[in-house]
Amino acid sequence: MTDQAYNFAYLDEQTKRMIRRAILKGVAVPGYQVPFASREMPMPYGWGTGGVQVSAACLTPDDTLKVIDQGADDTTNAVSIRKFFEKTAEVAVTEKTSEASVIQTRHRIPEEPLTEDQILVYQVPIPEPLRFLEPSEVETRKMHSLEEYGLMYVKLYEDISRHGEIATAYAYPVKVEDRYVMDPSPIPKFDNPKMESAALQLFGAGREQRIYAVPPYTKVVSLDFEDHPFDPSKAPHPCALCGAEDSYLDEVITDDRGGRMFVCSDTDFCAGRRAAGFTGEMTNTRPAPVDTEAMA
Amino acid sequence: MYVAVKGGERAIDNAHAWLAEERRGDTDIAEMSIAQIREQLALAVDRVMAEGSLYDPDLAALAIKQARGDMIEAVFLIRAYRTTLPRFGASAPIDTGAMACDRRISATFKDLPGGQVLGPTFDYTHRLLDFALAAEGLEPSEAPEAAADMADLPHVTDFLAQEDLIQREPEGSDTPRDLTREPLDFPTDRPLRLQALSRGDEGFVLSMAYSTQRGYGRNHPFVGELRTGKVAVEMDIPELGFAIEIGEAVVTECETVNQFTGSKTEPPQFTRGYGLTFGHCERKAISMALVDRAMRWAELGEDNVGAPAQDEEFVLYHADNVQASGFLEHIKLPHYVDFQSELELIRRLRADAMAGQHQEAAE
Repeated sequence: MTDQAYNFAYLDEQTKRMIRRAILKGVAVPGYQVPFASREMPMPYGWGTGGVQVSAACLTPDDTLKVIDQGADDTTNAVSIRKFFEKTAEVAVTEKTSEASVIQTRHRIPEEPLTEDQILVYQVPIPEPLRFLEPSEVETRKMHSLEEYGLMYVKLYEDISRHGEIATAYAYPVKVEDRYVMDPSPIPKFDNPKMESAALQLFGAGREQRIYAVPPYTKVVSLDFEDHPFDPSKAPHPCALCGAEDSYLDEVITDDRGGRMFVCSDTDFCAGRRAAGFTGEMTNTRPAPVDTEAMA
Repeated sequence: MYVAVKGGERAIDNAHAWLAEERRGDTDIAEMSIAQIREQLALAVDRVMAEGSLYDPDLAALAIKQARGDMIEAVFLIRAYRTTLPRFGASAPIDTGAMACDRRISATFKDLPGGQVLGPTFDYTHRLLDFALAAEGLEPSEAPEAAADMADLPHVTDFLAQEDLIQREPEGSDTPRDLTREPLDFPTDRPLRLQALSRGDEGFVLSMAYSTQRGYGRNHPFVGELRTGKVAVEMDIPELGFAIEIGEAVVTECETVNQFTGSKTEPPQFTRGYGLTFGHCERKAISMALVDRAMRWAELGEDNVGAPAQDEEFVLYHADNVQASGFLEHIKLPHYVDFQSELELIRRLRADAMAGQHQEAAE
């Protein structure tokens, strides 16, 4: 049996239509989790099958796709997903945030503000923000329909009483348009304020068979209390390579004596700044780039 | 030293090349053919077909070869292929009463029309390693053969149903929902649960069934009947106006007869659990029947004792090994960003806690 020719962006048109309907419903009811008949994809559940299906339903031959994982274009799973669409949709791909019309992401929102011409597609592992408080889907759906979010506020309150602050650092729950409490996917809470965006944001959870959306310019509020306001904190350092003070940072261990450096997690943002002449404290001390041929 | 891990693409390509080499193993040893896997690892092929929900022994054998014998990976390959296939329509329900049985046993009646047929079973083998098998080239002696009995073998439960001793199953008229084309939502109905169990992981379904036997939602089952064999698959052809046979499939069917003393809504009678799988997967079929029966507590007016096997949401959401292994293994993927945010949180909480301790000590 030989490789067969697949439809544009792998999924058949009927399936794409089914997914687009779910997306439209999601856009119409921001933050509501729309069940959809997720397909078995040729990559494992939990590895971005929801995002891939949403991207496949959004892509047209004229689109330019960017795929990031942990903010970077060159992490293995981002490479794998980008290759999948290069192969099945033959769309143009880019690593530049500003050049992309569709950006599929896992765990980050690009630092550069997005525009009305862009779609940001999130890969979502567990779409239900109440799941770790209530394991039953039947119960959580009921809680959403009754707008019964007391359990979530109790959890946040208990955090404060035990730790002095809300002990959630990523996948920090938000409320969308004053109605649905939504899981923003496991992005750091630093990224939460960026969800009020000019771009359309779509969320795909393949294994859990859910799609949801945040339309452009939608109100997205991170849950908090008046006396404990939401704090989108990050590591208190500038990027060691580009000096950015306002970007999310990866901590990289540089030796076995406690040495470490902090660098932008968004590789395109960091590279853009360096190209524009910005420097960080390790810009000049940085060793020559490692020979990736040898590494691989 | 900061190493920007560029080169993910090259690493992936090289990993795939290495994997292909490992799959082949020592090239001094003859390569396995698909036909060899299909014929000599037939039960593995059957399991891949059952959990992959696709009846094609050659493709299942190919998947096993490609997956280096990793059964869940093989099931995954078959599922991913299956999802791309066009749906021409649905077959007529198969008639297991007309099955050409290789094996048919009942644990409830010593003898019955059609008799007990042990068939090719491990059941009464002594599990002693057969070192003679290690020496290749020995053909097994031919098994004695009797003339085939072409009569249909009636289902054991039909005998009980004649006396109304076992609950009758209402004939469903609707085409059952297709689990692979619609999102799962709860509460489900029995056809949907049976679909999910039939493609569920054998190990998971086995353990769930075992838990009911040990007391978590106990419902003592008898294997009313277990049968394996070929059935005809027929399909209605609209242009013809009648059904024609389009092929054959080997399936395993298990019907359990369960004790039931009656409830508020049902008179005392036996009740049923049902299991059906592609291929010869009898451990799976029996397990499926037990779990099916456990999940029927609501329709039979039984108590929900809170046993895991009674909880359809728990069982159906966790029975699928392709979903489970995908999600489990995704934690291998980079989580630098989440971890970094947790790292900062823990450092901050620790700093606060330590400061508190120092202050207490000072006081």
